[in-house]
Amino acid sequence: MTMAANLARRLIGNRSTQILGADSSSGAATSVARAFCSSSTPITATLFPGDGIGPEIAESVKKVFTTAGVPIEWEEHYVGTEIDPRTQSFLTWDSLESVRRNKVGLKGPMATPIGKGHRSLNLTLRKELNLYANVRPCYSLPGYKTRYDDVDLITIRENTEGEYSGLEHQVVRGVVESLKIITRQASLRVAEYAFLYAKTHGRERVSAIHKANIMQKTDGLFLKCCREVAEKYPEITYEEVVIDNCCMMLVKNPALFDVLVMPNLYGDIISDLCAGLVGGLGLTPSCNIGEDGVALAEAVHGSAPDIAGKNLANPTALLLSGVMMLRHLKLNEQAEQIHSAIINTIAEGKYRTADLGGSSTTTEFTKAICDHL
Amino acid sequence: MSRRSLTLLKNLARNANGSGIQTRSVTYMPRPGDGAPRAVTLIPGDGIGPLVTNAVEQVMEAMHAPIFFEKYDVHGEMSRMPPEVMESIRKNKVCLKGGLKTPVGGGVSSLNVQLRKELDLFASLVNCFNLPGLPTRHENVDIVVIRENTEGEYAGLEHEVVPGVVESLKVITKFCSERIAKYAFEYAYLNNRKKVTAVHKANIMKLADGLFLESCREVAKKYPSITYNEIIVDNCCMQLVAKPEQFDVMVTPNLYGNLVANTAAGIAGGTGVMPGGNVGADHAVFEQGASAGNVGKDKIVLENKANPVALLLSSAMMLRHLQFPSFADRLETAVKKVIAEGKCRTKDLGGTSTTQQVVDAVIAKLD
Repeated sequence: MTMAANLARRLIGNRSTQILGADSSSGAATSVARAFCSSSTPITATLFPGDGIGPEIAESVKKVFTTAGVPIEWEEHYVGTEIDPRTQSFLTWDSLESVRRNKVGLKGPMATPIGKGHRSLNLTLRKELNLYANVRPCYSLPGYKTRYDDVDLITIRENTEGEYSGLEHQVVRGVVESLKIITRQASLRVAEYAFLYAKTHGRERVSAIHKANIMQKTDGLFLKCCREVAEKYPEITYEEVVIDNCCMMLVKNPALFDVLVMPNLYGDIISDLCAGLVGGLGLTPSCNIGEDGVALAEAVHGSAPDIAGKNLANPTALLLSGVMMLRHLKLNEQAEQIHSAIINTIAEGKYRTADLGGSSTTTEFTKAICDHL
Repeated sequence: MSRRSLTLLKNLARNANGSGIQTRSVTYMPRPGDGAPRAVTLIPGDGIGPLVTNAVEQVMEAMHAPIFFEKYDVHGEMSRMPPEVMESIRKNKVCLKGGLKTPVGGGVSSLNVQLRKELDLFASLVNCFNLPGLPTRHENVDIVVIRENTEGEYAGLEHEVVPGVVESLKVITKFCSERIAKYAFEYAYLNNRKKVTAVHKANIMKLADGLFLESCREVAKKYPSITYNEIIVDNCCMQLVAKPEQFDVMVTPNLYGNLVANTAAGIAGGTGVMPGGNVGADHAVFEQGASAGNVGKDKIVLENKANPVALLLSSAMMLRHLQFPSFADRLETAVKKVIAEGKCRTKDLGGTSTTQQVVDAVIAKLD
């Protein structure tokens, strides 16, 4: 992050020290480098439309952003049809370089085939770009009623190691071992980000989710790192919750939780569970944070090949992820505008896509949001 | 003509009077000597354990059930299960247990897990269902989660590679996956369940969960009348909170089973009411179904407000396992009536009763 700050300083001279001086205290690699962008110089961002319904909802995002006057220029990249040897997957080296260059990106849904031999696309992105934290805010949308009305929590999931290291082997026929790796470095990194996020967003409590009563050394190490970071933030309450207890509490009373930080597998399950509480993956934004201030916002739902191309898809998830991206870029005003437009459109209920119980098409829904801006 | 229809209507009204009258099913014909009292090992455990096991003892007493308990004192801090307890369970083949507290992060391996491994209780079963009269956010829930209990992530094989890097092994074997799949399908077949769902994460853990799925698919072929499908664990949790009625029997490896069982228990009413048990080829241990914080908070222990319903329903399962069906039916009906009435409920169900009050209510409702 200091490298980015130096780069910024060199690029625009003295003016930067005034702007950057204000938030030089924020330690994490978030948006220090972007603070210098005024609203007139466009920011380049990488866009991965993805598969299935991806291209349609990406169109939707582009339309809403242009209507709102967001100064972003999109650099589109698509998933290739053959395996790039440099990345060992269908994502090309150029796409990854583009994200590394622009430092910010938006990604649509990409399909992961079950049980094939190559690396999953999402995992490739995470490993190559070192996206270490997945942030997913879940809040009940006013106007869209689910069984839970008072959900307002954020799940922060360690994204690089844990059970998803991909290290498996067959010991003998019929016996398979899978390695779960927890390192001090990765756990400290995600814990730091979680507490920093809690502090900058005014959250009061951080809960670490674990299964250290059974997996004593691995989750024990994760907890130790969280405790160390917690000591540096005495104003934030820190607690530890066993994962089965957490699942139970989430379905009974989700208002008990605020910010949740957890290792990879638990994070996957819990963040999807929370998405279910508020209405499903079609409404859930998410953002992956990487080293050096890289932020890749993504829509976490699947590519829905059965409704691809039929103008039925719900672009809300990708739009809300785009809003998260804007907030990361500190374009808060436009972020608020678009956010309110989306919330109001859904709350009104006149234009809703099929998965929310309505009958509008993607284009009608997008138009309604643009009208609300 | 009208007089006949009048009597018909009266009969209809009497039978439709739900909670009052229990029509007897065709009787169970025991073998001579089946009524001899059976010994059951009882482990009260820690926290709320002694409270709720005491509740079971009282109710069994009141019913004059042909059961007598051999009580043993075991606590979670002990490093091993005492050998006399293991002897007793091996002799009696059936055990009823409260929760054993597992210290977090320390060097002691969980006693619950130890018990399961030593007795090879490879299947853990939790039945999550809506109790009539208990309001929850989700309706029509009737899920049985069958979870592999011996391997997977709970193999306990961890080591520090270098300082700051720790590895944990998750072991999946064909042998264990096959036997849990067989148990799940057998259970579904014997209990007239229509669907078995395998929960996995094979898109990421291709070899490990892939092996689990392979075993399930093979066993599924032998039961063509039972529908079989597979679902990824994160999608599963999401579907559980959105549309739980789509699930019937679920078979899962160890860790996912823990999460899925607790989520399902939460949506259907909480850990306080879900029965469950662990079964192996030779032994069975019955305990509270979902074990989230299974020893409860200290405040609940102090105020005696633990919910005995889960363990009472588990003991009903135990009575059926021991082939005492009418005692099981009586116990279950009494418990359900107490919940349905709504007057005697502990704190986790929204009431203010103590454990003892609930027990007294259940005993009063026994017929």
